[in-house]
Amino acid sequence: MQHFDGNLLAGPLADVFAFDPTGARARCNGCGAVAELATMLVYRSGAGSVARCRDCGAVLLSLVDGDGRMFVNFIGMGAIEIATTGRDDA
Amino acid sequence: MSFITRGFSGRSRERDERLPPGQTLVHDFPVLSAGPTPEVDTADWEFTIRTESGERRWSWDEFMRLEIEDVTTDIHCVTHWSKLGTSWRGVSLDTLFADVETDYDYVMAHSYGGYTTNVPLDELLDGKAWVAFEFDGEPLDPEHGGPARLLVPHLYFWKSAKWVRGLEMQPSDDPGFWEQNGYHLHGDPWKEERYW
Amino acid sequence: MSGVQQLQAAPRTGWHVAEVVETRRETPSAARITLDVDGWPGNLAGQHLDVRLTAPDGYTATRSYSIASSGDGERVVLAVDRLPDGEVSPFLVDELRAGDRLEVHGPLGAFFVWRPPADGGTGRPVQLIAGGSGVVPLVAIARAHAEAGDATPFRLLYSVRTPDDVFFADELETAARGPAPFAVEFVYTRRAPAGTDAPVGRITRERLAAGVIGADAAPVVYVCGSTGFVERVAGWLIELGHHQTAIRTERYGGT
Repeated sequence: MQHFDGNLLAGPLADVFAFDPTGARARCNGCGAVAELATMLVYRSGAGSVARCRDCGAVLLSLVDGDGRMFVNFIGMGAIEIATTGRDDA
Repeated sequence: MSFITRGFSGRSRERDERLPPGQTLVHDFPVLSAGPTPEVDTADWEFTIRTESGERRWSWDEFMRLEIEDVTTDIHCVTHWSKLGTSWRGVSLDTLFADVETDYDYVMAHSYGGYTTNVPLDELLDGKAWVAFEFDGEPLDPEHGGPARLLVPHLYFWKSAKWVRGLEMQPSDDPGFWEQNGYHLHGDPWKEERYW
Repeated sequence: MSGVQQLQAAPRTGWHVAEVVETRRETPSAARITLDVDGWPGNLAGQHLDVRLTAPDGYTATRSYSIASSGDGERVVLAVDRLPDGEVSPFLVDELRAGDRLEVHGPLGAFFVWRPPADGGTGRPVQLIAGGSGVVPLVAIARAHAEAGDATPFRLLYSVRTPDDVFFADELETAARGPAPFAVEFVYTRRAPAGTDAPVGRITRERLAAGVIGADAAPVVYVCGSTGFVERVAGWLIELGHHQTAIRTERYGGT
């Protein structure tokens, strides 16, 4: 199946975080690689989106749009690095 | 604040009384996937049933010597599409479980590529489920789960695990991949068991 | 963008109501759509937005589209290519007209963006590589570079079927003539302009190597196109000595 990348999840993730985290880096629990969420490989179908590590293929997160609810599972991620100062619109 | 965009109707959504609630008919075969399509050669393929006491294992050739059934059935995907009268060939789970002894009531299906899904054992027996390797008279193509997929047509289609490689008996109904991520533990389309 | 890069704060986003100001043919298969977006906070070059359409029975469809414009103000320009099996893109290209309203979520994307250097000086050179409609965010980046009069050397390598399929041809030409250093090179995959002897065919590793800023100049490279295009090109770039962290990719996924 064709995959896309984490840029495609910017919208739904922005709903979770109240800002767009795709420029932030996270650590893969599978292989330890640290990379921007935008670089995740994203498999998307009507069932939901599954984002995998571009290095080892481990599942990093899943997003399921449940008829008016969203299920978010950051199952394969360690910490996400997020800027806390210098936010443009703070 | 959703509002209607003039002229937009989306893909045509046909209704039919053979359809469970919230489903619409499709004529193509949409793909639902959580990862890359595994490429599994039938020479390397094997299928196992693992219980608390041991393991039963079939190679592709051994599998093809089992009793093979033709199945015509409707299928219903949780993403609101259904197909009516699809035709498959495969081996009934009754055949596969004929010599299997277990005290556990629940099954975790495992796939090549790491996908999992959970189903109670009694929902797989009595002519309700197959391991299918042909669709519409052709070998099942990898996009749709080939060489072989589980076929449990009375449940939403994510339960019909693509690229299935084995069934593992478990004492409780632990959730599989989509079930951990928002989808219903059981998945009956007539009860619209889509999400938790 | 070596090992340590400055962590950029991500902009806040939200859902907005957009009204179509104008829609016009961009190529035989694509439309340029200008929107007035109520409350739009402005966007950076390279960002995208999600479009949500709602049918009378409540059915909704959401797709991501790159933004061809950047800067302050509530005016946003998209260019959408019609995908034959698509559900949303044929509607946007063929049915949408001025005065229609839709919902947009954005601006989105904190990774595939370009900001003019704050000090006006030249940063690392920038190589843009586009496959088909993947040029849209790169047009926004090239125009932002031109409008800033930024002295950073820029190049665009643009793989496109035929000369008729070029998006924003006038804008790219204008940017190439401006004072900001910018060069465009086309790879025609089906038909080259009449009267030229430009080779026709899919991009190869050799054409890529000849058409982009070399790894020794340590450019930042932005690649946008289909998944297949992006992965082929990104793989070759790494073979050609470009560092993975210097390559920013975006695979387009609207249908």
